[in-house]
Amino acid sequence: MPTSTAAPTDLKALTKHLRHDIIRMIEAAGNGHPGGSLSIIDILVVLYWRFLKHDPKNPAWEGRDRFILSKGHACPALYAVMAHRGYFPTADLLNLRKLGSPLQGHPDRLRLPGIEFSTGSLGQGLSVGLGMAAAAKLDKKDWKTVVALGDGELQEGQCWEAFMAAPKFKLDNLIAIVDYNGGQIDGPVKEVMDVDPLEGKLKAFNWEVQAVDGHDLAAIENALARAWAAKDGRPQAIIANTVKGKGVSFMEHNIAWHGNAPKKEDADKACMEIKNGR
Amino acid sequence: MAAKATRESFGETILELAATNENLVVLDADLSKSTMTQPFMKKYPHRHFEMGIAEQNMIGVAAGLALSGKIPVLTSFACFLIGRVESIRVSAAYNQTNMKLVGTHAGIGIGEDGTSQMGLEDVAAMRALPHMTILQPADHTETQQAVRWMLEHKGPVYIRLTRQKMPDVHGPDYKWQPNKIDTIFEPAKKPARYQATIIASGGPVPHAVEAAKILEAKGFAVRVANASTLLPFDGDTVARLAKDSQRIVAVEDHNVHGGLGSAVCEAIAERGISCPVVRVGLRTFGESATPEELYEKYGLTAPSIAEACLKNPA
Repeated sequence: MPTSTAAPTDLKALTKHLRHDIIRMIEAAGNGHPGGSLSIIDILVVLYWRFLKHDPKNPAWEGRDRFILSKGHACPALYAVMAHRGYFPTADLLNLRKLGSPLQGHPDRLRLPGIEFSTGSLGQGLSVGLGMAAAAKLDKKDWKTVVALGDGELQEGQCWEAFMAAPKFKLDNLIAIVDYNGGQIDGPVKEVMDVDPLEGKLKAFNWEVQAVDGHDLAAIENALARAWAAKDGRPQAIIANTVKGKGVSFMEHNIAWHGNAPKKEDADKACMEIKNGR
Repeated sequence: MAAKATRESFGETILELAATNENLVVLDADLSKSTMTQPFMKKYPHRHFEMGIAEQNMIGVAAGLALSGKIPVLTSFACFLIGRVESIRVSAAYNQTNMKLVGTHAGIGIGEDGTSQMGLEDVAAMRALPHMTILQPADHTETQQAVRWMLEHKGPVYIRLTRQKMPDVHGPDYKWQPNKIDTIFEPAKKPARYQATIIASGGPVPHAVEAAKILEAKGFAVRVANASTLLPFDGDTVARLAKDSQRIVAVEDHNVHGGLGSAVCEAIAERGISCPVVRVGLRTFGESATPEELYEKYGLTAPSIAEACLKNPA
């Protein structure tokens, strides 16, 4: 039976568990992207436990809501969510990036059922989500399409082609979430290529825009509830202000942890912090 | 029937197929008047997406539509559409989405608009993509059948079409087959060994037939084969044609590097056949002039092709 909510769960405790999994799977892989995975995990937990109608036992169910992780490098967070949601055994998480594993370095829809679109080349996910939302409108279906983007990703021109196009087609069933963690490989987004003022830009592109603390589960839930209820033809954007590496003190705001795997000592320390964290 | 541009044949065929295929949707990037999708747009406005001058987004949107059960046909000039090769690589090929990329205005055959509007490297780019199919029909009946097949085929397809009118090279009973190179002209007297076999694709095909006729009148036996599918490539047929030919002449309105000429060389070399290959096509960019003047200047008219049949590459 497809569900939008899992059995009642303490989401806060769950996010700690998933952060732990993210650290351990990247440690086991020997490489990967902890920073952006830790910044987006709270958003994904609220989405997958409170909003998305889906059926882990039947990932191709036609009535499901669609989710695209356009910032595909944060897939350790998505894999952890999917495993705990029942798409595959949690033990498989430790096969991240291993030969033959469905858990590719960036999401691969043909290797892992439940992935809607293979991403990793930044800038393409919102366009694809737009196409899905347009298909739902054509068929008069009520499922939603949610796309999660990175802030650095917004430097890709294709994103703005998609932001420009969605209002034309009145896609109020399309929700874009920007994981605004402020960091990218070469440094702070502000220095590499500033995307601000983001709220003003998205509003100018005729999107409905909300800004929230991307680590406040209740705030995320409220914002998503508003976006979910949209009926006025306006596509919905949520700017989630987040912290790169959130939950692990030495990773927070530290760009060195964008794409580096922790060795055992650091991973142990990180897991201890997560366990004892608020 | 009267000569017709393959882009026109395409436009007519999708309009016809749209009546019975409700999943068929069309996307354009401000060139629907040139890619011949206007009749579809007018008849089926709710299934038409005008995406503006933003090809990358059009490709991504097509992927999303395809993943939701639609059969998106997206059109632009070959150079602009295939120029967004990385979007196609991910959104069409890697994700194996059921989108149909339609690139019109192939090659120098477009004439006066000049180099920036000419698709000259598009086949090379698409040939490197796994899961891709590349079609290049040569006349009206072939285009009709190729478009029909393309919509039934599951997976990404790129079809390359001409701006210029194409005379019929096939008879009315012609049955097109995908993934096949077929002989469309044989000299009246079949020789033990051909002076040359021309393998042509797209715009230059009728010129290749004309070249074989010129040579036949001069006593040279030359046959012509038409490569209407460029990927997957029918290398076995190429090898068979090479076995009883003094040389193979590959003719295309595209850069010879990575296009039909390259595919022919690869097929012959990989099968260990010993046969010289003359590659006729572009090695530079094009320029502005009438299509006829350009075909003459760049060696794609019958006299030039005939000449290429008589000598090995220098």
